[in-house]
Amino acid sequence: MHELGIAFHIISEVDKIAEENNGVEVKSVTLEIGEVSTVVPKYLEDVWYWACEHKSTHLKNCKLNIVVTKAISFCNSCQKTYSTLEGKKCPNCGSEDTFLVEGNQTKIKSIEVV
Amino acid sequence: MSEVRTILLNRSIADSIEEEAEELRQELKKRKIFLLNVMSSPGSGKTTTLIRLVNLLKDKYRIAIMEADIDSDVDAITVARETGVKSIQLHTGGMCHLDGSMTRQGLEALDGEYDFVILENIGNLVCPAEFDTGASMNMVILSVPEGSDKPLKYPLMFEKSDLVLINKIDTLEYFDFDYNIVENFIFNRNKNAVIFKISAKNGTGVEEVSKHLSSLIDKWRS
Repeated sequence: MHELGIAFHIISEVDKIAEENNGVEVKSVTLEIGEVSTVVPKYLEDVWYWACEHKSTHLKNCKLNIVVTKAISFCNSCQKTYSTLEGKKCPNCGSEDTFLVEGNQTKIKSIEVV
Repeated sequence: MSEVRTILLNRSIADSIEEEAEELRQELKKRKIFLLNVMSSPGSGKTTTLIRLVNLLKDKYRIAIMEADIDSDVDAITVARETGVKSIQLHTGGMCHLDGSMTRQGLEALDGEYDFVILENIGNLVCPAEFDTGASMNMVILSVPEGSDKPLKYPLMFEKSDLVLINKIDTLEYFDFDYNIVENFIFNRNKNAVIFKISAKNGTGVEEVSKHLSSLIDKWRS
């Protein structure tokens, strides 16, 4: 269960930030998850409230917002970008000399505190 | 009525996990502790291999083992019984991998002075490769019955592991396992990989691995 570890990690990061802000209560956490990151948003949502309840100090009843960002690859042969979901092979010219530009990240974008 | 305010963070989870692990690695380097992260599929022979290695190295180094599993303490008990070295069980509570902070908790629980600590990660070729534990070195064990195609199917595991043990070579005649193919697949993923062929069951090749490990440990601690 990959997402549980990620949830614990996010919670501990956010708890630290809450401490730095005089122990405020965190109302929501907004994450940005890339289309080809290894995190499945649905699974993260499933474990979120349980993890907040059991592992956090400042995130009781904290809402989770997830923004999924597009994954983009770049083709060295034709110098064009395309959606990574199309695969390793460039849909424009058929070359396999391509690499991921963005879309494998998981980021804590912002939090709302009271 | 208190007001809700937004704090912008833009913080990458992967970066913070990496930082935590790197911090632990540097700390262990200073304390002259070599931490070996051992990964593989379930049933590849991790525990049996480690028992052999520990018995060859325990007179030279102060060794401890951390056994990570989702549940049970069968591995920790077996290792302690067969080697006599300090062995603790880490329960991940359903999680598929360990990261730097969990490894740190395990090290704290070990309580004592050690030169060489082995972390037996969760049996899984996917997730453990994605999370840096802070180890000095990653080792993967691939056993003959699993097949030669594993480095193709789990590329990250073989990219991250600089030491590869091919275990159960005593069963080669019963399986379609092609060593030359697997070697190629591994080097395509990691040209610096060092590969050993062993049988943890009858001990073939294990001494060579222990000598290699010994030189890595000495180098790390010097």
